[in-house]
Amino acid sequence: MADEKIRVVLAKLGLDGHDRGIKIVARILRDAGMEVIYLGLRQTTASIVTAVQEEDADAVGLSMHNAGHMTLAPAMVAALREADLDIPVVVGGIVPDADRDELDHAGVAAVLGPGASAEEVVQAVQAAVDASAGSGQ
Amino acid sequence: MSETTTQVDSAESDKARWEEACDKAAVRDIPFETMSRVPVDSVYGDGPFPGQYPYTRGIYPTMYRSRLWTMRMFAGFGTAVDTNGRFKEILKNGGTGLSTAFDMPTLMGRDSDSEWAFGEVGRAGVAIDTLADMEDLFADIDLSAVSTSMTINGPAAILLAMYVAVAEKNGIRPDQLSGTIQNDILKEYQAQKEYIYPPRPSMRIVTDMVKYTTAEMPRWHPVSISGYHIREAGSTAAQELAFTLANGFAYVEAAIAAGEDVNAFGKRLSFFFNSHIDFFEEIGKLRAARRIWARWMKERYGATDERAMLCRFHTQTAGVSLTAQQPETNIARVAMQALAAAIGGTQSLHTDSYDEALALPSEKAARIALRTQQIVAHETGVANVADPLGGAPYVEWMTDEMERQAEEIFAHLLQIGNDSILEGCFEGIDNGYFVGGIADAAYRFEREVNAGRRTIVGVNDFTEGNEEDEVALLRIENQTEQDQLQRLAAVKAQRNSEAVRNALDEVTSVAGDSNANVMPAILDAVRVYATVEEIGDAMEKVFGRYVEKAIV
Repeated sequence: MADEKIRVVLAKLGLDGHDRGIKIVARILRDAGMEVIYLGLRQTTASIVTAVQEEDADAVGLSMHNAGHMTLAPAMVAALREADLDIPVVVGGIVPDADRDELDHAGVAAVLGPGASAEEVVQAVQAAVDASAGSGQ
Repeated sequence: MSETTTQVDSAESDKARWEEACDKAAVRDIPFETMSRVPVDSVYGDGPFPGQYPYTRGIYPTMYRSRLWTMRMFAGFGTAVDTNGRFKEILKNGGTGLSTAFDMPTLMGRDSDSEWAFGEVGRAGVAIDTLADMEDLFADIDLSAVSTSMTINGPAAILLAMYVAVAEKNGIRPDQLSGTIQNDILKEYQAQKEYIYPPRPSMRIVTDMVKYTTAEMPRWHPVSISGYHIREAGSTAAQELAFTLANGFAYVEAAIAAGEDVNAFGKRLSFFFNSHIDFFEEIGKLRAARRIWARWMKERYGATDERAMLCRFHTQTAGVSLTAQQPETNIARVAMQALAAAIGGTQSLHTDSYDEALALPSEKAARIALRTQQIVAHETGVANVADPLGGAPYVEWMTDEMERQAEEIFAHLLQIGNDSILEGCFEGIDNGYFVGGIADAAYRFEREVNAGRRTIVGVNDFTEGNEEDEVALLRIENQTEQDQLQRLAAVKAQRNSEAVRNALDEVTSVAGDSNANVMPAILDAVRVYATVEEIGDAMEKVFGRYVEKAIV
């Protein structure tokens, strides 16, 4: 079990089309040995939940550059809970520091801002998955 | 012998013609001298001079001596009323053009009450659903006296129609309107991803708009061919240059195929480039852009009017170069990028705000950004002399090198497009050539930063002080979404729904008739307050919707 690759679903939730960051993150996670399922642009919470179920994913990564993170990220966490999927949501993009507490409170596992290094990205996903696996499931 | 004589004659006549053109041009009433009162000429070095084919040194003989670049600051957030206030602030502060940022739902052709719009209404730009919002956006602004740029692509035809309709309500005719609509749909499939329909029907809409504006709006630029987003998505400078100009050639080929005169619409095409942080590469890129465009327009597409050969462009500093760490250092980055754009001969410039890696620009940060380009324009003396780096061996070499790399990309597109750049662009969109090339370049750069091969101050070196920064950021309240939803509901309740239905049926009908122009039907629909999404859906019935393949 421990040898199995971490499986991460990456998606752009909503209309925002800035995909430079998430494509780089996809390659970083893949290079770090994770299994990356990139769903692409214009995903909904429902389409992401379906992908998580089908792919048996360990984490969801969202990228947000359009100031929609305060509504969309909590909506994603809620949709996963609703579907009884206890996996972490990691958010990357343009997220002001002042919003981090509220996102944390809403159940977002980690927030990665501009300039995060490859190591930080990999560690954040790894730690989120470890913490979730250790949370009693 | 005789060849040498001819060259000398031609060099002398270049100079004579340039001097004659300069004599005719009005210049600003300021001393053209250094701060130590040394008088300076308006250009140095050899011809061809500014304003002379192939325009490597600039598109006008006297450049900024006659008129500074337009300081066009991009703005838009919240409701139309909020942005209207920002517009008035820009005009009051000495800004000379308006530039509109729309929110994500509007850019994607969705209304504020669409389920897709949840969480994004008014966040990254202004929300426009109906003509009523456009009326608020431009309230108390004389549209015959400003030039307006609208950054929108997928639903561009609808927003242009709304602008025309607002003007009409104020007694201003379409031929009095001046401005630009981005409407560069090809780069959406390559980089920005704000498309609605598949590439071919989208090209038909662009061509209809070119036809409409050529006939009705002679002061309007119907397409702003944009490399900015290609670069922001991670391309190299040469890819930005080549993909952008190739897209331009594609629009030219489409318009010629539709029977338009290359001289008539060619002079109203404009471009939009990025000014990134590698100073000399950017200047070389901008110089090469003018030379390549002029040569292709003349030699390949048969333009004879010199104005149809001019690559006139807007520039914006590189948002992607801004750091979230020590954000005030971005003021220095923006200043150098603005200087490169000015030396590169831009016609207008947007300077980014230092806080844009953290949030949408605050008013203070936006003001400093405008002040930055005012310093470049009025204090540095760079505006006194056209193409001040022309003739410098490094700059000339870089210009040639940018051109060489671009020509290699054109050759590839011609090959995959059976000697048509338009078909080459369609094929490159379809086979992932553009998105793949951009993603590869972006990842290469990121790895180099990560490995420390490239230094970014505050990000991977010189990080002392990163924790100290507290900058005041613009907050968009959730209230915006509620306000906009109420507004849209009120408009829908008040309008004549039968007139809306009929107008939308007509839009669907002209969309299905490839000999008809979609613009008049769209204008009729916006006049009766049909929404952006309703009009878009009326065309989607015929055109379908584009879904990108997810490739990493």
